[in-house]
Amino acid sequence: MKKLLLGNAAIAQGAYEAGVRVVSSYPGTPSTEITENIVKYDEIYVEWAPNEKVAAEVAIGAAIAGARSMSCMKHVGLNVMADPVFTASYTGVNGGLLFCVADDPGMHSSQNEQDSRHYAKASKIIMLEPSDSGECKEFTKIAYQLSEEFDTPAFLRLTTRVAHSQSLVEIEERANDELKPYEKNPAKYVMMPGNAIKRHVVVEERMKKLAAFAETTNLNTIEDNGAKIGVISAGDCYVYAKEALGTKVNFLKLGLVFPLPVKTIQDFAQGLDKVYVLEELDPFIEEHCRSIGVEVIGKEAFTLLGEYSPNMIKKAILNEDVEIAAKADEPLPVRPPVMCPGCPHRGSFYVLKKLGLTVSGDIGCYTLGAAAPLNALDTTICMGASIGGALGMSKARGEEFTKNLISVIGDSTFMHSGITGLVDMVYNKGTNTVMILDNSITGMTGHQDNPTTGKTIRGEATKQVDLELLCKAVGVEHVRIVDPFQVDELEKAIKEEVNRPEPSVIISQRPCALLKTVKYTGHAVITDKCRKCRKCMQIGCPALSSDENGIHVDLNQCNGCGLCVNVCPFGAIVKEG
Amino acid sequence: MGKSIMIVGVGGQGTLLASRILGNAIISAGYDVKVSEVHGMSQRGGSVVTYVKYADKVYSPIIDQGEADVVLAFELLEAYRALPYLKKGGKVIVNTQAMDPMPVIIGAMKYPENIAEKMGKMVDLTAVDALSLAKEAGNIKAVNVVLIGFMAKATDIAYDTWIETIKTTVPAKFLEVNLKAFDLGYNYTA
Repeated sequence: MKKLLLGNAAIAQGAYEAGVRVVSSYPGTPSTEITENIVKYDEIYVEWAPNEKVAAEVAIGAAIAGARSMSCMKHVGLNVMADPVFTASYTGVNGGLLFCVADDPGMHSSQNEQDSRHYAKASKIIMLEPSDSGECKEFTKIAYQLSEEFDTPAFLRLTTRVAHSQSLVEIEERANDELKPYEKNPAKYVMMPGNAIKRHVVVEERMKKLAAFAETTNLNTIEDNGAKIGVISAGDCYVYAKEALGTKVNFLKLGLVFPLPVKTIQDFAQGLDKVYVLEELDPFIEEHCRSIGVEVIGKEAFTLLGEYSPNMIKKAILNEDVEIAAKADEPLPVRPPVMCPGCPHRGSFYVLKKLGLTVSGDIGCYTLGAAAPLNALDTTICMGASIGGALGMSKARGEEFTKNLISVIGDSTFMHSGITGLVDMVYNKGTNTVMILDNSITGMTGHQDNPTTGKTIRGEATKQVDLELLCKAVGVEHVRIVDPFQVDELEKAIKEEVNRPEPSVIISQRPCALLKTVKYTGHAVITDKCRKCRKCMQIGCPALSSDENGIHVDLNQCNGCGLCVNVCPFGAIVKEG
Repeated sequence: MGKSIMIVGVGGQGTLLASRILGNAIISAGYDVKVSEVHGMSQRGGSVVTYVKYADKVYSPIIDQGEADVVLAFELLEAYRALPYLKKGGKVIVNTQAMDPMPVIIGAMKYPENIAEKMGKMVDLTAVDALSLAKEAGNIKAVNVVLIGFMAKATDIAYDTWIETIKTTVPAKFLEVNLKAFDLGYNYTA
């Protein structure tokens, strides 16, 4: 039977068919739906870990214990989990172990465009790259065979377009999922120098075997169309090239992107007039080709930035231009993502902007607080950076600066890697204020539970981390909980805490408006008390608009959250219904 | 036979469900198909673009400029923005809803005027008041299925295939509204 599946759902199906028993991940676009789809299979233990490093450790432990296991993350999540991954390369596995990493060329939903293939090379771990959903499933299963055959973890590399495209997938039965026997083997699994020195020898021997495998594997395929131009490609770039060039060129499609073959590439290039390498982001394949003496055209004809496309390839290789039907002949306003109507973060950022504070930001829906009209954030680096970053600012600029400085971080991000920053702040006598924007869910990636929600990925009740107690336990004496829609109270709390020469935490607590448990009713109405001061427009609510006649409420968008009612200085906005 | 259909709209308008119905109907009709969507920001009121391509064999999941047979737009400005993606001789179907983006809300830019008229002079365009039809069907959220219904006529996929697909794609409690919405779109004449 064939089914239309998202690349990510196809990987989950592949994991199921391969007999995977344990999956641990942290959400991150565009990888999140792999783990969400695993939930469909009762045979598999699945969890959201607090961060990618813990997730990788759970998967590594399960593999050593004899289960096929998996961990999935976005490209920047791989940075967080890199530490255990590099050493898991030395220990090898018992049950097969797969890390699925999703890169985001074009940064649809990311803070950078890093190329994860470098990690495969640096950690000496094989990496497969599928080009559609069918291959997502097949390559997942092959990766488990290779992981066990070569005693190595494996990477499956995705890009946004492969992860988030649906295509047809053949659905098959689950294989034998019996645990492999577990035996204590410290020489293999205790990586202290005496053992690791010997394991490094094993890793280098494995690389030699894998180099030989790369020349013979069916993961790499050649399509000889008798042309004089050759294209070497992988993943989404391969399907773009196939669409753009059809049978006008010869193709070497690489399903195994680390290690790359040598002789296969040299033989492919033999007798061709030109060989192009088509790959998004870094010249990973291109530099390999040059290093083995194969002259190729790569980044000089394309780009290091963003995504490739069929038209770009047609232009560069065939010199064909595109004809378009029409184009708007006036500047069009962009439509960036915004905080939803009823978003609890809107109240927090409205107050922060009003107070003119320097705001050390973090990763989540609330990063949208950087956009107009709130314009509240000063920095955003990575998950958890808001707290350490603010401490650094304070250490650099002193006490007075700190009185106008605050960190903002979401509940899930705080659990991910904010807590260690807070420990640093308390331990090293920082006097900063941290605002935890607790919306009771991991929001940006589409509502995943986390240790503060009291529910597991399968919706089962579990222990709930108490943020207030946690902050107090690390030594923060001043912790208070405020509702971000009570803007006056929040303003007072922030003023008091930033001026206090001690560390403090404000938990700005109100659940995400999109949660099913949140039931706002009615809608806002602008009464004739309105003096057109337009203060309500400063909250940046998509349900409010303004023209020469005054303020208008879009009833299709307004959910009656009431923030604008609280913000209006003249009591001119009321709730009805 | 095959088509490239680009669905554009504003996050929250239900473009993902529309693309799912479309994708499943195409499979039932026996084609190869690819559906490409970008998640992550999709619920947050930003521009949302989904590509649906079907043919005997489909390679690229994305639709490039000058390639779309149909642009199915859930909102006027998003239709206007998507024009360069339309193939010469292609067709635009646009819902007459206008939604202000943030630069307009904060007064930094103006929402372009008379978009439907301007586009009508450039390309083959049908404007549908899908919001009114969705209200008539019983739920304003059914705008997506009204538009799918109207577009369905422009494909070579049979009416019954669409109905069967909606029955298997849409949750049971919304089925009646959505079937009604589909019919209102399917039978709409501009």
